[in-house]
Amino acid sequence: MSGEIGLWAVPIAMLGGAIRVSTPFLFVSLGEVITERSGRINLGLEGTLVFGAMAGYALAFMTGSAWIGVLAAAVAGSVFGLVHGLLCSLPKVNDIAIGIALMLLGTGLAFFFGKPFIQPVAPDLPSINLGWWSDLPQVQAALRVNVLFLIGAALALALAWMLRRTRVGLTLRVVGDSSDAARALGIRPARVRILATAFGGALAGIGGAYLSLFYPGSWNEGISSGQGLIAVALVIFARWSPVNCFFAALLFGAAGALGPALQSVGVTSGYYLFYAAPFVLTLVVLIASSSKSGALTGAPRELSITK
Amino acid sequence: MAEFLTRRRFLSTTAGMAGAAALGGLAMPARASGSLTVGFIYVGPRDDYGYNQAHAEAAAVVKAMEGVTVIEEENVAETQDVQQTMESMINFDGATLLFPTSFGYFDPHILKVAPANPDVRFEHCGGLWSEGMPTNTGSYFGYIGMGQYLNGIAAGHATKTKKIGFVAAKPIPQVLLNINSFLLGARSVDPTITCQVIFTGEWSMAVKEAEATNALADAGADVITCHVDGPKVVMETAASRDCFICGYHANQSELAPEKYLTGAEWNWATVYTDMVKKTMAGEPIDNFVRGGLAEGFIKMSPLGPAVSDAARKQFEDTNAKIMAGGYAVISGPMKDNAGNVIAKEGEAFEETDVALESMNYLVEGVIGSTS
Repeated sequence: MSGEIGLWAVPIAMLGGAIRVSTPFLFVSLGEVITERSGRINLGLEGTLVFGAMAGYALAFMTGSAWIGVLAAAVAGSVFGLVHGLLCSLPKVNDIAIGIALMLLGTGLAFFFGKPFIQPVAPDLPSINLGWWSDLPQVQAALRVNVLFLIGAALALALAWMLRRTRVGLTLRVVGDSSDAARALGIRPARVRILATAFGGALAGIGGAYLSLFYPGSWNEGISSGQGLIAVALVIFARWSPVNCFFAALLFGAAGALGPALQSVGVTSGYYLFYAAPFVLTLVVLIASSSKSGALTGAPRELSITK
Repeated sequence: MAEFLTRRRFLSTTAGMAGAAALGGLAMPARASGSLTVGFIYVGPRDDYGYNQAHAEAAAVVKAMEGVTVIEEENVAETQDVQQTMESMINFDGATLLFPTSFGYFDPHILKVAPANPDVRFEHCGGLWSEGMPTNTGSYFGYIGMGQYLNGIAAGHATKTKKIGFVAAKPIPQVLLNINSFLLGARSVDPTITCQVIFTGEWSMAVKEAEATNALADAGADVITCHVDGPKVVMETAASRDCFICGYHANQSELAPEKYLTGAEWNWATVYTDMVKKTMAGEPIDNFVRGGLAEGFIKMSPLGPAVSDAARKQFEDTNAKIMAGGYAVISGPMKDNAGNVIAKEGEAFEETDVALESMNYLVEGVIGSTS
């Protein structure tokens, strides 16, 4: 082992952190992009994420297959999405309030059903070693890439293409921008939004399964440190673009790795400050990218925050 | 996130508001003589493979005692929440012996609730009770630093890179003592060993603990231990990076049996059954209770298969010395990692020395800082 790499440890750790920590951000924010593009906000994805983490871990433990766990998390997530979508389709129901209610319900149910699964060890998702070319163990560890990360990256491209080039994408955008126009085209906005929210829930569930089945790779009640909420904010940050979501997720993953990495190279004081890096970063980027005229460019016009 | 939705909180606010007037005079439920209701409060889930589980396992032993009713609440934050939980355990469940187990519960929460409830006994884990504090409060703790010292001996024999790692939650005295003891144990094997510490700033934060463990492995540490509430994530991540691990709080050997060297575990059942027995017999409990390996407050996990014969011998010899009493880990001449003298030539702090409980330094050889 060629141990000492000095200050190079920081960029390598941030690269590794970006790859390891970003996947839940990526899946939750991609799902939320689709939901918000249809004109709804689902704030409950934090709850869906935690429930997905629990359901995925439980099923993976019981069946011995991590992929069945991922599937179960997706199904559970889509059920949460469906509930949100259906409730919000009732007249005069506020999607933000329902989202908060579902967030608490999701975490509560996950804690309740998750009790027996804190102790057992479930199988992990496989990872691909893209660091074989390097003989540095640090680089090899950083480039141990999980399959879900690659799927997420591909999904970001696919969703961007879908939104721009396909009929489904067009339908979503019409519904998101104007219910009236959608109705005139013979589209039923409520149905599209329910499906979009269910899809968003399924992706959030998969994001949760990544947490419990790969990194950190175990189910406990503190598994999500608010990734579900941050990811919803990432969508605004990414201006409702799936490809931007991918980069935003990477950035947040890397920023999260900064604190431990700096301590490991000897920058030991002020770690609370470094742990705030992702949030400072959000503020900086939002301020830098803001403008007086086009503050909400790209925002679907049916969203309750832009209406 | 969901701590304001707990059953007890809901009951204590709704039922409390509705029935406050009616209950006023008979707030304390009548108790049959010879019976005792004991309340346990945990900061996290009861089955976290760590701190809370160690307490909950002992609570289960207390539950089996004749005439004792045990009530428990988990996931109680170190905020106003714990005051309300204590109040409702006292007023609605009739608890007269409380074990609020998390470090942050003591000051100011227990110190605030205790004077208003003079008939209730508050026993806190890890706090530093001193003269002048309410006499119905007390603190108990174990000299687990000795356990980390023994961990350090196993680590010192196992490390090849001469660098060991420690994932720590917050820089409080008990955590600092554990870090220092872990390094000093390793240095008793080889004085060139260093220990890298990474603070996560939280008692339980899975992703950050995993990142910290990876950062330690990246920095070349090949034996890792921790002081966080639930060590499962650290243990699994470290083992996946091919590092040896030393357990903490409870036995984590089954998470990675080949990599697990040993571990420092709590044995709270000794303390709790004793205090419950004394309370039921009407005998007083000391306000300041401490104990170590010899008193059965802590114990070591069985040594794992990776521990060499030389390591086993030194481990067992040192263990015997600690059991005999008077063993000092911090002994002069010794400096902290900023170069200040912490123990002069001939000066030694035995495990029982209260000065250790206000430790605010990291010893020479630890890479890290307390702020």
